[in-house]
Amino acid sequence: MPTILTPPEIRRPRRPDRDRVGEGDNGSGRRPPTDKRTGGNGDGDNWGDSPQGRHGPRERLSRARIGLFFALGGDMMFFVALISVFFVAKSSGHFDAYSRYINDWLPTSIPSILWLNTAVLLVSSVTAEAARRSMFREQDLMDEWIGLGRPISRRAALWLSTTLLLGSLFLAGQWVAWDQLAAQHVFFDSNASSHFFYLLTVTHAVHLFLGIAALVAALVMLARCRQLAKRQVAVDATVWYWHVMGILWVFLFILLEFCQ
Amino acid sequence: MSAPSQNLGAPSSRGFIALKWARIGKVARAIVSTHHRNIGFGYLTISTIAVILGTLLSWAMRVHLSWPDWQLPLHGPILPEEYLALVTMHGTLMLFFVLTVAPQSGFGNLILPAQLGARRMAFPRLNAIAMWTTAGALVVLLVAFFVPQGAPISGWTAYPPLSASALAGPGEGLGQDLWLFSLALFCIGGTISAVNLLTTIVKLRCDGMTWPRVPLTVWGWLTAALLSVMAFSVLLAALLLLFCDRHLGSSFFLPRGDFINSVLLPHRGSGSPLLWLHLFWFFGHPEVYIAILPGMGLTSMVIGNFAHRRVFAYRLMIVTTLLIGFLGILVWGHHMFVAGMNPFAGTAFAAASMAIAIPATAKVLSWIATAWRSRPSLTTPMLFALGFVSLFIAGGLTGPILAQPILDEYLHNTFFVVAHFHLIMAMAGIFGLYCATYYWFPLLAHGRILSERLGKWHFWLTLILAYTTFLPMYLGGLAGEPRHYSRLTGLNAPAQALLGSTQMIQLHITGAGIALGLAQLLFFINLILTLRSPRRAGPNPWFATTMEWAPHTFDEPTEPSKDLPALATFRGPCHYSEDGASFLPQWEPPPQQPASEGE
Repeated sequence: MPTILTPPEIRRPRRPDRDRVGEGDNGSGRRPPTDKRTGGNGDGDNWGDSPQGRHGPRERLSRARIGLFFALGGDMMFFVALISVFFVAKSSGHFDAYSRYINDWLPTSIPSILWLNTAVLLVSSVTAEAARRSMFREQDLMDEWIGLGRPISRRAALWLSTTLLLGSLFLAGQWVAWDQLAAQHVFFDSNASSHFFYLLTVTHAVHLFLGIAALVAALVMLARCRQLAKRQVAVDATVWYWHVMGILWVFLFILLEFCQ
Repeated sequence: MSAPSQNLGAPSSRGFIALKWARIGKVARAIVSTHHRNIGFGYLTISTIAVILGTLLSWAMRVHLSWPDWQLPLHGPILPEEYLALVTMHGTLMLFFVLTVAPQSGFGNLILPAQLGARRMAFPRLNAIAMWTTAGALVVLLVAFFVPQGAPISGWTAYPPLSASALAGPGEGLGQDLWLFSLALFCIGGTISAVNLLTTIVKLRCDGMTWPRVPLTVWGWLTAALLSVMAFSVLLAALLLLFCDRHLGSSFFLPRGDFINSVLLPHRGSGSPLLWLHLFWFFGHPEVYIAILPGMGLTSMVIGNFAHRRVFAYRLMIVTTLLIGFLGILVWGHHMFVAGMNPFAGTAFAAASMAIAIPATAKVLSWIATAWRSRPSLTTPMLFALGFVSLFIAGGLTGPILAQPILDEYLHNTFFVVAHFHLIMAMAGIFGLYCATYYWFPLLAHGRILSERLGKWHFWLTLILAYTTFLPMYLGGLAGEPRHYSRLTGLNAPAQALLGSTQMIQLHITGAGIALGLAQLLFFINLILTLRSPRRAGPNPWFATTMEWAPHTFDEPTEPSKDLPALATFRGPCHYSEDGASFLPQWEPPPQQPASEGE
């Protein structure tokens, strides 16, 4: 059997009557005859029975996801540190010559293009998710594995390219926002709150740029890589990273827009 | 291309050239290799370079403290600012590139997969990238010695405002920038390495390696890796902010209207150096546990091994490892009692810090209970493990003293603290590393075993000299000897009397410290002699029970496509019989005949 990989959240039990066929399906129904635990060497060959490390592509997928989870956990700590400094700086001040406590925090007015950027990034997350889901559609997966064209890779590549486009659009939008602020003579070193505007948006943009690099890498893998499972893992990990960066941006945007 | 296949007589020049190319090819393959064993040796090489340099720097500091007029060869007298540069580079090299790299990344790569019954790490390519990033970080740090005005002088903690402005002194320009860049690289490399380690532990354990069966060493690595992922990210953020303060005109850590070297800083905003202290020590205290937790785990396993007993309260040891890690995140404020922190916050940090004494004491009790009356075989690795326990107690007992703000206020900037962290972190950490080296050497050097006689000489000399060097620092600290500074000159009479009273102690420490460093030559002699000798130990010379000693664990597949048989675990570690005479290793399938005995 092919290296069919169905992550738990992708299973679609919307039609319980069809789902009931499940175990004893002989392939005559609409679902392809795949036992997800099978190893591909005929009867009795079952990934679940083979030793740790040989459980098939599911293992590779969960390894990539766990690694990404820890890496992004560390990355979130990076932003947690920056954001805690934001709140400290916002509430701190100094004493002037008359021993008066002065809090000189001047909120930076956020360019309204950021609303548009946020919408673009959210839409890009939707298209990325569409790419990820299309990588795990069983019927097309079977076709592709058998060699009847490359339906899923093509569709995923399309969705990923859309994501790439939207992501680039977001970065261009951020550039416009920086440009607008510069036209108002608000630079990084203007005041305490502008430090944070640039710091948070630029560090997030760097992360998103890495995400775009990952999208390009995933597209290259879709075109070049022969192993279906490897393609699936590449798209899956890239899209999860993209989602996290999207959620992070929403959080940062709320912080910059409403919490200054 | 072709190796000299039939070179039976005297080797031809072509044969020599081919041999030479083969050797170069081997080195080149090792450099681009993604095998965790090569990467582990790479990390140990980084640490060895750093520890030798760090020791030389500490000698220069010690000699200067005892004989202030001493001329450093090829350099001249050590000026006060140069002394600060020595302190900075000694601390940075030892903390980051020795105590973090060697136990966590070095031995983590060499031994951890084998202890889990895995043949590889989760992300080999990322692993190699992490190692080369760390190597790059070391190079960048060392370059700071050779730039105009030399190495940074702000200490390994780089407190602003002095670290935030090139005005603060020599080395605070390019030198400090290189330090920042080096540590940023180190943070990235350390995080990648920790992610790889964590994923390996979570996903690549062999069949039967359930969590309670995982050796305590791996629990140590796991906890340290979790701390690394959290702490290094925060340090990276802090380094970025400090860089902005230095070059982009921000003032996260700079107060308004601050003067440095009688120049008014042009920064806007109202930053605070305390903010840096919070961020830095949020990283800095977990860092201490990153350095020591693998050693703690190893000590438990080695004592169990040589005492031929199960580790006393095994599950409790797992819990205490995690608890020490967890509490380690909450106590950063105890480094800041004298820095102007709110006293109420100080109380909270003091309580949390003293709470760490509970799991730490549980660990010490387990070590003692495991070894108690077991008539252990006192081999060199066992001696180093017991030495670890001894140093851990000697250094640790002063922990609860320093955790109290009112006592810390007097002691914080004295040699008392130097004694404390050198015993509990530096010396205990180094003893953990030696324990690991002597214990695992047969695995790493293809069955060669380090000389026991030389090893015991090495151990006793190191133990005695470590105490001789660092215990008197407690006395110096109690007498008020300040740390960080070069030998103070031109003082008034009372201060001179104060320093004079500790002069003998200083002389003694210097002598002992140099002897301590020289004693380590014994280890290197042992290493070279053993590597040249053909003596082969058996497959499991210590009668160990953990998976790394299973036969063929360290074999590599002869053909790239061929897989080796998978490994499986059948029981927890340290499965010794009541009298300690026989044992069942983790990889041995359960005996068939006795039906009801097994447990």
